[in-house]
Parts: sequence; C-alpha cells; structure tokens
Amino acid sequence: MTSHRPPRVLAIASGGGHWIQLLRMRPAWEGCEVVYASTRPSDREDVAGAPFRVVPDANRWVKWRALWCAVRVGALVIAQRPDTVVTTGALPGYFAVVTGRLIRARTVWVDSVANVDELSMSGRWAGPHADVWLTQWSHLSTPDGPTYRGTVFG
Amino acid sequence: MSMLTAHRLLGLPPQDQVRVLVTVGTELPFDRLVRTVESWATTSGHTDEVLAQVGESGEIPGAIAWTRFLDGPRFREYFCGADLVIAHAGMGTILSALQFGRPLIVMPRMAKFGEHRNDHQLATARRLAELDRVDVAFDEDELVERLDDHDLAAREPIGPYADEQMISALRGAIRDSHDLV
Repeated sequence: MTSHRPPRVLAIASGGGHWIQLLRMRPAWEGCEVVYASTRPSDREDVAGAPFRVVPDANRWVKWRALWCAVRVGALVIAQRPDTVVTTGALPGYFAVVTGRLIRARTVWVDSVANVDELSMSGRWAGPHADVWLTQWSHLSTPDGPTYRGTVFG
Repeated sequence: MSMLTAHRLLGLPPQDQVRVLVTVGTELPFDRLVRTVESWATTSGHTDEVLAQVGESGEIPGAIAWTRFLDGPRFREYFCGADLVIAHAGMGTILSALQFGRPLIVMPRMAKFGEHRNDHQLATARRLAELDRVDVAFDEDELVERLDDHDLAAREPIGPYADEQMISALRGAIRDSHDLV
C-alpha cells in the first residue's frame, strides 16, 4: 500500500565535485521531503530553503576522521529516517549507504563521473550494499553491478 | 555593504578586473598550476587580470592576486565574469564551466608530484578531452601554449540537470522505496 506522505529523501555528498553532481539530480526528488547533507557549510546556499546538515569531512587515509564521520553520518541517517538515501560519494556517502541499509531505507549510490578507468574505492565498498548502484560510464558497468543509467552531464 | 567594499575588505580585486580565474579546489594545493599561470602572466603582462584561488596550504604567488578559498557566491561571480578559467581536472569545475558556458583549461593533478593520491584526474581529463568536453593541458608547457592561444572557446553549454535517463532511474528508485512503506 502506498502511504500519502511524500517520500523522505536524504541526499548526501562530500563538498566539491561530488556535491555538484548531486545537485544536478534534484529533479529526481522533486515533490519529496528532502534533507541535504554535505561536508562544506557554505553548500547550504545552493539548496536555500531546504533542510541542510553538515557532516564531517573524511577520507579513508585518516582513520580517526573517518570514524568520526561514520558516527555523525550514522546519527544523521537514524535521526532523519529517510525512505531513500541518494549519494554521489565519497566516504560520507559510503557510511550513509551502510547505515541506510540498517534502517531499511532504499539506498542509491551513483559513482562519480570522475571515475573513468575504475570505480572509486568508496564506490567499490558501497556499491554491493546499495539497492541501486550506478556508474556514469557504460564501459564500467557489469552484470553484477554497477549499471549505467545516464550521466549528470545532461 | 557594496560588493566593491566587500572585496576590498577581503583583499580581493574587483570582479570586472579579473579576466582569468585560477582555481585549485578546496582540498589540496596545486602549486605547479598556480606557478605556471603566474609566470605566464608575468611574461605576457597580464598580472593585473588574474586571480588565483590557491587552497588552504598552497604557495602564495607574488605577482598575481590570490585567495585561499572562495565561497559559493563569490566563486560564481568571478567564475561567470572571467574570460578564462584555469583549473585542476576536478569534476566540480568542469561541470560548472559547461553549465555556465565558460572557457576552461584544466591541468590534471599528478600523484608523482604529490598533488593527489592517485592519477584519476589524468584519466578523467583524457576521457573528457576525447569527448570534447574540455581543453586539457597535460603539463606546464602545454598550459603556456594554450594560454597563448587566443582561440579558446567555451563548449556547448549543458543544462542545469542530469540527463533524463539518470533522473528517471533515480525517480524510479525513490518511488519504489515509497511504495514499500
């Protein structure tokens, strides 16, 4: 049965190129109740009017930062209880997919268009956990995922 | 506060003076890029027209205006006002140049110079150059050559959003999750 409230979406990405790619997907959640999250406070201005949260920046090279990021992103996902998590990466997106799965949200990982020769490490980690795993390069798609469904170029 | 005053307070040149914007993104410095543009600007007499965003730990250029970071609105202002943008091969910059129709030259960061952890910018730049999405200078000499080339033009602008195939795939995923509620 379909409920009457709009779907709740958590759209999350690291600041910079990942965030810009996420913004280009906005029509996909038009009419939904969306919460955005990025690692850069000034990104709030890009989504003026929508709820926006800051999560710690991290990469897999600095372990304690990564751990802190996991804790904060996990808390955000649990607090927001989204129906769907959509992310373009990187590490904060990975943690969002893993926690999203725990709360039984639908999880969507779109690998960055910057990953031309091979998927990113966070993508290789997150992809198998995500319900929908996309690459933006058709030559990187495989029968076991990811799949190719267009690009952010538009 | 007027824009002019705001820029003076931040030590930034007025927007209409900046013809060339150099940007390295926020994460890592890219001194090789900034140095090359600075030396080109000095030789060709364009130092007054260049603003370089050099990153938190980047070297400070002596001959051209610089800033460590530009926030979103100011970045867009300089970006859209510039005749030319010179940048690392980051997707954010490349997508913005396509969306706002700005001529862009990118130089990929190289792991061997400690500019990134791996050479994915090289792979991205190569592929996007093949697809004619961007002008690429693979090293400093090529960058100077391109800077001296006056025929640089913006690519056909792209819209503000991802293509329909991607949007509908994502929309489908979001609606499916909802139907399961």
